[in-house]
Parts: sequence; C-alpha cells; structure tokens
Amino acid sequence: MAYKKRYDGRGFKETRETKATANILKRADGSGEFSFGNSKAIVSVYGPKRVYPAFLEDADKALLRCYYDMISFSVKERKRPGPSRRSSEISLVSAGALKPALLLNEFPHTVIDVFIMITQADASTRVAGINAATIALANAGIPMTDLPAAVSIGKMGDTLVVDVNKEEEDYEEDGKHAATDIAICVLPRTKKISLLQLDGKITPEELKKVINMAFRAAPEINKKQIEALKNVEEL
Amino acid sequence: MDISNLTRKKIEELLEKGKRLDGRNIFDFRDLEIEKNISINAESSVKVKLGETIVLVGAKFELSKPYPDSLDEGVMITTAELSPLASENFELGPPRINAIELARIVDRGIRESEFINWKKLCLKEGESVWTILLDIYPLNDSGNLIDAAAIGAVIALKDAVLPKIKEKEDGGFEVDFKAEFSKNKLPLSHNIPVTLTFRKIGDKIILDPTILEEEASSARLSLALTLNDKQESVINALQKGGAEPLSKEDLDFILDSADKESKKLRKLIEKFLK
Repeated sequence: MAYKKRYDGRGFKETRETKATANILKRADGSGEFSFGNSKAIVSVYGPKRVYPAFLEDADKALLRCYYDMISFSVKERKRPGPSRRSSEISLVSAGALKPALLLNEFPHTVIDVFIMITQADASTRVAGINAATIALANAGIPMTDLPAAVSIGKMGDTLVVDVNKEEEDYEEDGKHAATDIAICVLPRTKKISLLQLDGKITPEELKKVINMAFRAAPEINKKQIEALKNVEEL
Repeated sequence: MDISNLTRKKIEELLEKGKRLDGRNIFDFRDLEIEKNISINAESSVKVKLGETIVLVGAKFELSKPYPDSLDEGVMITTAELSPLASENFELGPPRINAIELARIVDRGIRESEFINWKKLCLKEGESVWTILLDIYPLNDSGNLIDAAAIGAVIALKDAVLPKIKEKEDGGFEVDFKAEFSKNKLPLSHNIPVTLTFRKIGDKIILDPTILEEEASSARLSLALTLNDKQESVINALQKGGAEPLSKEDLDFILDSADKESKKLRKLIEKFLK
C-alpha cells in the first residue's frame, strides 16, 4: 500500500492554502499571522529594547529570543498552559532559523523578543510560526538580508509530500506508523538552510530531494509574506 | 506602559468636562467584534475584539471525578495566561497574581449567576462529571481585559458543544478525542451574566478604559450582574481592585449606573449569541 493520493486531494508538491497578515496587534512593535490550512500562528515582536538582566547583553549585536507556545484549545486534547520541553526546543530552533537573516549587529546591547502563539493546530505549526515571525520581524522594522521561508516535508511510505497535515503525520502502512516529518527553513536569496529537523527514516539521497522541494516551495511562501507586508493596515 | 504625568493630567482634565481622549462619553464601550470558531479543535473558541483589545477565549471538556462536597455537579476551571505577546507589561513564567485575579473575576461572574446547570453536567453521581476548562488568552492588552474576557467566556459557553464519550473497559466513561464533537450544548439558563468594570480616574468614573486610562486609574470595581424575574439587575459578584479606596459617593454612583449600563452591555452581547 503506497501513498498515491493525498488525503485532502492536494498535489504532492502543493502546500495547503496559505494566508498571511502583518500588523495585527497594536501593542507590539511588530506582528504577523501565517497559516498553512488549519495550522495558524500569531506572532508579536518587541524590540530592539534594553536587556534585563544587563549581563546578558552583547556589545556587538542584539539578542534574539523566541518563545513558541500553543494555546490550550488549539489542539483536540487540551494542552496544559505553559511551556513544555517540546515548546522550549521549538523556541530554540525557531530563533536559530530566523537569526541568520537578521542584521542584529545594527542593535548592540539590545534584545528582540519574538512570541509565537499557535492558535489552531493541524501539524506543521513550527514552520507556520517561523513564517509568521518573519512577517512580524519585518513589520517591526528589523533589517533583514533574506526572508526566511519554512515548510514541512513529509515522507509517507516512499512518497515525498510538501506541507504535512495531522492526518498525514499519523499515516500508517501495514498497521505501522510510516510517516517521516521534516521541518525546514530556507533562506531563498542566499540559498542557505537555517532549520532542519527530522523524525523518522530517510536515506541521504531522499533527503537531498527533500531539501530541493523545500527551496521550490519557498517563493510561494515569500510571495504571501511580502504581500502581507505591502498591505499593512494602520491600527 | 507607564504614562507621563502630562498624559495623566490631560485625561483628568478632559474627564472634568465629561470627555475622553478618544471622544467617547464616560460610559461608552468601544466597538465590539466577535469572531467564532477560531480553533477547529476546541469545543468552542471565540476571538473578542473590544476596540484594539483582543482576547481569545476557548472551552475544552474533560470527564473527571466530582468534588467530594458536590458529588452530582459538574466542575469549571478558569485560567488566564497573560503572555508577554500581548503587552510589554506581562512577564514569562507561571501565572502571576494579575492573571489569577482576571481568571477568578470572570469565573465568579459565571459561577454565581447560576448560568450553568451544574447538576445536568453529572454523568454518574460520585463517579463521573463534566469539567469545563475555560481558558483566556489576551493577544493585545489595550485596556479592559476583564470585561472583554467575560464577554468571550459567556459566548464561548453558549456556543460550546460537548465532545463524544466512549465506555472504558472498567465501565467508566472517557472523552473520545478521535471522534467529531457531538451536537449537545451545555445546560445554560437564558439569564446572561454580564461583567462590568468601573474605573475611577481622579474623581470621575468611567467604563471600558483604554490602556492609557487604565494607567491613569487608581481604583476599579467589577460587578457581575444578572436579571431577576422582574427584569431588575441583581449583583452576583464584586471585586474592588486598585490601590486607592472608593468613597461612598463613588459606590452610590456606580450602583446607580450599573443597572442601565449592564442592560446595555447585555443587549450588545446577545447580538452575538445564537
């Protein structure tokens, strides 16, 4: 039994419908929203601002801190409010995904805080969060050398697909879990990779294909991010 | 947000003339917008926009053992997460006292109003009752989180559908997370509880403050009200907050205004109830 047709009828290289909005929250210095189908992330950015406690500050560049969390009712089985090991790790890799694109050396001695909140989850939430964070950082006026675009690639049995949903994440073959989930963030202009995580089984050759798929999915995501940033409504 | 003395003075001077920075009258609410079903995974979820203030409120359900002092009654647990996403004044970490107070004021207004028929949330006395987990997530604090959250809570409860349950091997029940939600609604009364927070600035009293007005304010009083058989307002819960005390005259003014203003707000909320 091979995965020949996607559950929701999409093409293998197609993402779900994506939506992006910039400047949605008044208090934040920058904010944005990004969704892959039913996975939706809201991000607010505060900074550059002073660092407390001061010993954390860097004389050469701004600190970038990310905080990823899901609201309790974003998932079917209620998530206990507050951070977990999972959310802490995602926070860490999200900061790593964004940092290489930011000109942090323009703001020494300061910190930029990025708060990522998943309001509705249907898999691929961390990549939705990174795409929303890109919008929010640009909306906050942080200078960037690239526009990070993140996407998940799945391997269902032997089939590679772009933008995994929950149903695919749980894919089984012969009664066994047979889905491999890869989260990737690419920097399209400089052709670099700033996030790479994988759970499952994959050969090195397949992984090379996966990376190419992620780069091919990036322009569409960038297009939505740029549209959102060009159509900012005053709050 | 710390406001300057100049802004504070300006707010107070305007209020002396019965005016506000944004042109509203003292008891006018900002525009209220409601977006429903913001999470397909929640039994109900609501986005409340009150002016620039944005709050998400959602309800999830669990089956649990009842409390020993009410063996045939359902349970409700209300929490609020004041994430620094919503304001530079909020900090990371476990809920602090302002988050706890917000959740408790919203909770009390609903609980004491007898809006929910707790007995009908009992599946098996002493064994299994529904627990309502009501969670409040402000996304943007531009003032009056209490009333915005309370509005969201009432609408979320009214909209909620119970999840489906399945029998366990030991004969008990558990929620079936794989199944779609049922069409069963919560057992609610038609008497909608309304929470109204009055704020004192200088010696004037207003409703629905912006964040600047909140910063300029020294005292607040939250009232949760329902209607009795004669359609008169009844107070179900109260909370005095802020550093300064209220005078007897302040309280008289609030109590004289609460009936009319809560009825206005109830009408506004009822527009969004199915």
